[in-house]
Formats: sequence, C-alpha cells, structure tokens
Amino acid sequence: MPIEMSSRRSRITDEEINELISKLQSLLPESRRRSTSRASASKLLKETCSYIRSLHREVDDLSDRLSDLMSTMDSNSPQAEIIRSILRS
Amino acid sequence: MESKSSDENCNNPNSELHPSKLMMASHFLRALFRIQHTTTDSSFAGRSRKIRRAAYASMAYSVGTKRSWSSALLRKLRSRSRLRSPNPRRAKYAALPGKPRVARPQQREMDQAQVLRELVPGGTSMDDCRLLEETTDFVRCLSTQVRLMQAVVDSVSI
Repeated sequence: MPIEMSSRRSRITDEEINELISKLQSLLPESRRRSTSRASASKLLKETCSYIRSLHREVDDLSDRLSDLMSTMDSNSPQAEIIRSILRS
Repeated sequence: MESKSSDENCNNPNSELHPSKLMMASHFLRALFRIQHTTTDSSFAGRSRKIRRAAYASMAYSVGTKRSWSSALLRKLRSRSRLRSPNPRRAKYAALPGKPRVARPQQREMDQAQVLRELVPGGTSMDDCRLLEETTDFVRCLSTQVRLMQAVVDSVSI
C-alpha cells in the first residue's frame, strides 16, 4: 500500500479509501490528472500538494491585482452602489 | 453511506448558487469594500495583504466549524489578529497557509502524506483517511475562492 495506514484501518474499507482517492483526483485540473492516471496514491498526493501550492500563489497574485485595481476604482460609482445595496439586504 | 456530507460544504458542481458559495462571495465583497474605505495603511502592499487575508477569512467563515481545516484556519486568523497590534513580529508564528516559513530542499524524501498535512490547515493532527476527506473539501473551497477572486478582477477590469 502506497499510503502508510494507521491502526484505524480496520474501520475503513479499501473501497472507501479508493473512493476518497478518486474524489481527490477528480478535483485536480485536467493537465495534472493526466500524469497521475495510472499512478500510485503517493503520486496523487504529490500532485495535490503541488496544486495546493499553486492555488496559494494564485491567491497572492489575485490579491496584488485587486489591490492595484482598488487604487483606481471609484467607490462612488453606480456599480459600487448597486453591489453595496445587494450586500445590505 | 455518509460520504454525501462532504458535498454540502463547498462546491457542489451541480449548483451554481450553492449557499456557501454565495456566503463566500458576500463576505469577500464586503471585506473588499471595507478595505477600500480604510485610511490606515493604504499602501499597495498593505492592501494586498488585507485582501489576501480576506480571501482566507471568507473561505473559513463560510464553512465555519463544519470542517477541521476551516476551524483550524479560523483559529489561525484569530490568533494572527490578536498578535498583530502588540507585537507585529510574532505574527510570523501564525503564518497564513500560503506563506512558506522555511525552505524545504528535502521534500522528495519526505512522506507525501506528511507534506500534505502541513499544507492543509489542521492537517498535522489527522489520520490518513481524515486527511483525504479534509483535503478534498479544502481544495474545493480554495479553488472556488480563486475563481471568485478572478471573477471580481474580471468584472472590475475593462
């Protein structure tokens, strides 16, 4: 078994583990999924770690972009007022 | 079986208007307005840091304590805000998920499950099975948050 199982394994079946693994795999974007299609669970974990790190980097990048856009955004525009009234309700 | 419970939290692909997605969007947008109107630290970097924090906060608040990762993330966010004013240096010890604290050259030798544990909030106290469940939910939420931020950027840019 690629994943080191704890002693609780007796409560969880192999089938359930496989289900969790395939669920996780289905969340990876297409490009990453291809390389892990026939791979071990360990490879899937590696891909997942890599994917999580790239998502964090995207959050950083998008935060920078939003910060940039905010400096030029007019907060009194009609669009802003519409959004604000939706949030208030 | 109970595996349905993991679908109700974040991104059920069949439901565009899933309640927690709306909550995430609403929380995040409110935070953005607050950030825009704040007069303290209106530097580019300061705003960016606040936006980043708002992103993780909206993820964590929309899921609440239903998940271990979200509870752990909420704890981290709260301890960070408590530490911030008295002694800014100490905030390092409650780093938000994305910021790496230590360089890791030996990663390939490490057990991948262990690496994953350190990436998922609260992961270090989970067994492998729980870790897989929590990771699935965490990845769903994080990717939803990224899509949300992208949507905001797109709607504001011309």
